[in-house]
Amino acid sequence: MKVRDLAELAGRNLREAVLRNSLTTLGIAVGVASLVAMLSLGVGLQNLASERLSRTGLFDAVFVTPRANFEGFGGPRQANPAAAVTAQPLDEDARSKIAALANVGEVYPEIRFPTEIHYEGNPYPTIVAGVPASARGDGAFDGMKGAFFSGPSADEAILQIDLARQLSSQTDSLLGKEIVLRYAERQPLPADSGGGKSAGGGFSIVPREEKLRIIGIVETEPAAGFGGFGRGRLLIPLQVAETLRAAQSNDLRDLLRDTPTRRTYESLTVRVKGTSNVKAVEDAIKQMGFGAFSLLDASRNLSIVFAVFDLFLGIFGSLALVVASLGIINTLVMAILERRREIGVLKALGAADRDVRRLFFVEAGVMGTLGGIFGVFIGWLIGRAINFGTNVYLSRQNLPAIKVTAVPWWMVAAAIAFSIAVSLAAGIYPASRAARLDPVEALRYE
Amino acid sequence: MAATDKLAIRVEHVTRNYQMGSTLVRAADDVSLDIRAGEFVALLGSSGSGKSTLLNLIAGLDRPTSGAIFAHDRNLAEMSSEDLAKHRSHTVGIVFQAFNLLPRMTLEENVELPLRLAEVERNERTARVREAVERVRLSARLTHRPTELSGGEQQRAALARALVNRPTILLADEPTGNLDSATGDEIMALLREINESGMTIVMVTHEQPRAERFAHRMILMKDGKIVSDGDRA
Repeated sequence: MKVRDLAELAGRNLREAVLRNSLTTLGIAVGVASLVAMLSLGVGLQNLASERLSRTGLFDAVFVTPRANFEGFGGPRQANPAAAVTAQPLDEDARSKIAALANVGEVYPEIRFPTEIHYEGNPYPTIVAGVPASARGDGAFDGMKGAFFSGPSADEAILQIDLARQLSSQTDSLLGKEIVLRYAERQPLPADSGGGKSAGGGFSIVPREEKLRIIGIVETEPAAGFGGFGRGRLLIPLQVAETLRAAQSNDLRDLLRDTPTRRTYESLTVRVKGTSNVKAVEDAIKQMGFGAFSLLDASRNLSIVFAVFDLFLGIFGSLALVVASLGIINTLVMAILERRREIGVLKALGAADRDVRRLFFVEAGVMGTLGGIFGVFIGWLIGRAINFGTNVYLSRQNLPAIKVTAVPWWMVAAAIAFSIAVSLAAGIYPASRAARLDPVEALRYE
Repeated sequence: MAATDKLAIRVEHVTRNYQMGSTLVRAADDVSLDIRAGEFVALLGSSGSGKSTLLNLIAGLDRPTSGAIFAHDRNLAEMSSEDLAKHRSHTVGIVFQAFNLLPRMTLEENVELPLRLAEVERNERTARVREAVERVRLSARLTHRPTELSGGEQQRAALARALVNRPTILLADEPTGNLDSATGDEIMALLREINESGMTIVMVTHEQPRAERFAHRMILMKDGKIVSDGDRA
């Protein structure tokens, strides 16, 4: 029998027992909806995490440090082919060379130093961190009170909420207020200073003050540092932080160099254009004689975690579809019993076993297709409801809206295909049973 | 039209056994017969005599336990189930006592069904259906469902369905069994008319007087065996 005739006969048969077939199709739809809702939650959360993480700038960044000639934590390091390259000072020259590498968008130093701020006559010791202008787009500043820096050289400060609470119980009242930043400035000494045994050069540490206006308060920790070590509580524009020439922890190392007045950086952050270029830039920097690492491996691990998460959500979602497939088997077996005589007539009129088998397969396939389409729609609606409910909760917490579920096109196609596949698999037994019916017995059936 | 010398059906030492629990039932027992093309044969016998079993074997709905059945020189016993389906589709047309029309289809759709199964092109189907329905004089009832037709009309519709694929052999299993006397005669007259156009007809019936009026040849079966075979007197 031709496909069109099969489809017409199958459609006619399905319409014949419309209530039972509709309920079976609805069962499939519920199964598919459960699968789609689960997967859309998994994909949505993955998208959300990826988006948030990429906005932090951690995954398109390479962190550069001068190569140290001593072992770090965790025992001896593994053999590194780049180890043979001569260690280079991480100074302004190095910064320029790294900035000139292909696919490098921005290179900026990690500047953080201890300070004591004065507000309404009281001192508050804390850590200052320089924030590049490009951090404006990072998710860390979403939902902040006040505003981001008006310009790269603005004498403005953003307070981390913990520091703001120390300064005032009414944190909102701090916006627009002035604070005094007291810090240690590094001032170069003349070459002949230091007496007879001096190697020459060097610098002195001088206390300085700088007035800053509070323009924002942020609840996240944009300058937490790795592992939260040296958390920056007072954020100032990076350009301002550089011009302050504040003494930092690596100054002692600079003092021991042949050129102590030439300032080096403790670390540089290199923002790469596209995460796919991170590895190449990282390798190029290592070849230049610097230590470099990125969080790509962490990103890969995150993908694995989400893949496993999606897998489990998919398995739980599929359980309903498996139950629905039992409904298909039941419906079609019932149809065989009811249409036993009709199957006999079809065979007497020339239908081959193959025709009868295909007829039942098409009926299962039609239920699977309709159930799949309807199920995807219901699953999408459930996803929308989850989004809506989540955002109602978030808005009550004064947090920005997010999208926790996503139904991409591939999921729509995959869910419908899966529904059809499960339905056809469920149709194998009834279809084979119908095809095997003895026509003489079937025609005798009342 | 008189029967020709050409054989339409040859049955050679056919036996059909059924296992009913622990009992072996011999429904057809070493049956042999030849039916010439154009013959109108009535298979007579009481219930359980094996006449319907023989008809089912000739129809290709069942397979013999032993022996051979030739339809136009092709042995049904050696055919695959796919080839048997083609035999039922193209070589034979079957009508039943209970008509067996599909109740949710109109008369036109019922008659079209064998054409769908035989994969006849759509543009040819309408003409073939009209031709078959005109032959049984039911053109005015094309859009009616079986429940809207009388018993006689239903059997005529079943006849049109059996004829629509232009088979060479028509097999009828008690075609008047569910009809009153007058309507039964109408159907028999129609069968004779079809036979006169050259169609071989094998009809199972238990109504000997009616068979004597319409059939050329009567074969009497008892306990799975042919007990008499002769032309109408």
